[in-house]
Amino acid sequence: MQEFLQQLVNGLVWGSAYALIALGYTMVYGILRLINFAHGDVYMMGAYSALFIAGWLGAADAPASSSLLRALAVLAFAMAAAGALGFLVERLAYRPLRGAPRLTLLIAAIGVSLFLQNVAQIAFGSEPRSFPELIPSRTLLSLGAVTLSNQQATIICVSVLLALALQLIVHRTSIGRAMRAVSYDREAAALMGISVNRVISFTFVLGSALAAAAATLIALNNPLVTPTMGVQPGLKAFVAAVLGGIGNIYGAMAGGLVMGVAEVMIVGYGSSGYRDGIVFAILIVVLLVRPTGLFGSPVTERA
Amino acid sequence: MEAARILRFAAVIVLLLALQGIFSSGLVNPYYVRVLILCCFSVMLAVSLNIIIGYAGQFSIGHAGFYAVGAYTAGAFTVYAGPAFRQALGLERSPDWVQGTALLMAAVCVGTFFAAAAGLAVGLPSLRLRGDYLAIATLGFGEMIRVVIQNVEAVGGPRGFSGIPIYSSFFWASLFAVAVVWIARNLARSRQGRALLAIREDETAASVLGINVTKHKVAAFVLSSALAGCAGALYAHYEGYLEPRSFDFIRSIEIIIMVVIGGMGSTTGAVIAAVILTLVPELLRGLAEFRMVIYSALLVLFMLVRPQGLFGTWEFSWETLRARWERRRERP
Repeated sequence: MQEFLQQLVNGLVWGSAYALIALGYTMVYGILRLINFAHGDVYMMGAYSALFIAGWLGAADAPASSSLLRALAVLAFAMAAAGALGFLVERLAYRPLRGAPRLTLLIAAIGVSLFLQNVAQIAFGSEPRSFPELIPSRTLLSLGAVTLSNQQATIICVSVLLALALQLIVHRTSIGRAMRAVSYDREAAALMGISVNRVISFTFVLGSALAAAAATLIALNNPLVTPTMGVQPGLKAFVAAVLGGIGNIYGAMAGGLVMGVAEVMIVGYGSSGYRDGIVFAILIVVLLVRPTGLFGSPVTERA
Repeated sequence: MEAARILRFAAVIVLLLALQGIFSSGLVNPYYVRVLILCCFSVMLAVSLNIIIGYAGQFSIGHAGFYAVGAYTAGAFTVYAGPAFRQALGLERSPDWVQGTALLMAAVCVGTFFAAAAGLAVGLPSLRLRGDYLAIATLGFGEMIRVVIQNVEAVGGPRGFSGIPIYSSFFWASLFAVAVVWIARNLARSRQGRALLAIREDETAASVLGINVTKHKVAAFVLSSALAGCAGALYAHYEGYLEPRSFDFIRSIEIIIMVVIGGMGSTTGAVIAAVILTLVPELLRGLAEFRMVIYSALLVLFMLVRPQGLFGTWEFSWETLRARWERRRERP
């Protein structure tokens, strides 16, 4: 039982990172109907920008008292850098294709993904780089054999805070209302005087910033950064978004958590060889039983 | 007509055999021959995927999975059942090339059959889904196939499957590539092909006209998977070594890129794009690490400049070429 609870905690830690990445997929899909394959690579770029700012701030030898502040600075910088990257990707590769068939857009997204991976390979080298310890690890809480480290607590808390912030932006601000309007009906939104292009740019910035946050948080626990690190988390977060009902923000969060827990459980109790398989098995079952996901509303393709 | 067709078929075989003769004489750099053979595999994959994406309009991102099924089942057949098969046919005393050819043909049948079965198993449930959901489901199935292969020890698991005898050659790869193109072209002109095009244009209208939409979609999916499996079987007996990583979703994406760049629905385009996209990375090899950056940048640029692909839905045919020629001659 205690082992199970420990696995659950570990799963929730991974899951909250997946949830943050999944939010980016789901928001972009909701607005553009595009599976943004480059999202996982924006996550990777976020990890590299966090790595550089952390090195610049001298994370390794500074006193422990300011460590939280520094970690927050790293987080903020990485989010800003990835947000800028997301803006550029949308502006240069996706906006010129606004009226094109969706498959064309998808191929462009794949092209951007490959491009980012290979640029990272040239710029940063293909060998893994290790992330400096931003927050010195210690056990925050232990109930019997179940322990929660301060790093794990940070990951969960920051993810929850970011998700709440996103919630506020989407439901309480005028740009959030514009986002919902565009995702409901782009043409009608444009007729109502909403600048659709601005809304789409904003969505990419927001989603990319969340992916960078996930990357920084994961780096606390799992400090290896490589140019291809975005591929698998990207795919899994995407599956999480589908699981929750793509286009649905709550769904993406729930899907991310389910994905993280399922993955940690299969490694803990099953075979680690099937770690990547379980994700897709869940995906297929969900798609066949309830194609619109757990929380999704049916999408009519064309009447 | 029949005689002309047989003559054309014989001419193709003679031509390919002659090329094989030149290649095996060692006059041509073996590296060029290898690239040419890889082009044949790409052509088979792109043309077969074009049946489901281009003709039927159903978006599938799991094609490498069926390629893998064909490659692994065919490889496992020759490695594990090869000796028994040879004995059953009494082939031990026949010359090497007879044994090799018999085993290769049997392995191709095995690979094609299992890939078709996998196509049926995946297609039946997932073709109920439409658009993006279908794409995601096929992506999931493709990755599942890879993960399962990775966990089967008999075919080497994550280390890869080595020791598959090499029976395949330029002749077989190119012959089957021609056959796949021929099948795809004939399908497009047949009743089934027209039904698929109708489904692509408007599913609802097609079903109102009495086309059994599900049946045609599943049939196209099975055919497409079977042809990919056939390519896989030949690939397994060309490389002699298979590893799960070379059948991941990036490989599926590469095949989709060939279809989209060629122009969806154009077999001509699929063939030409498959050749170009196999050659480009080889030509850019001199640029070392900038190779993939340039490749991906070209891809994005191409989508921006020519979203309908090289050929759109245009097909090359001798008849239209001849008609155009004659029209030009009649003009004063």
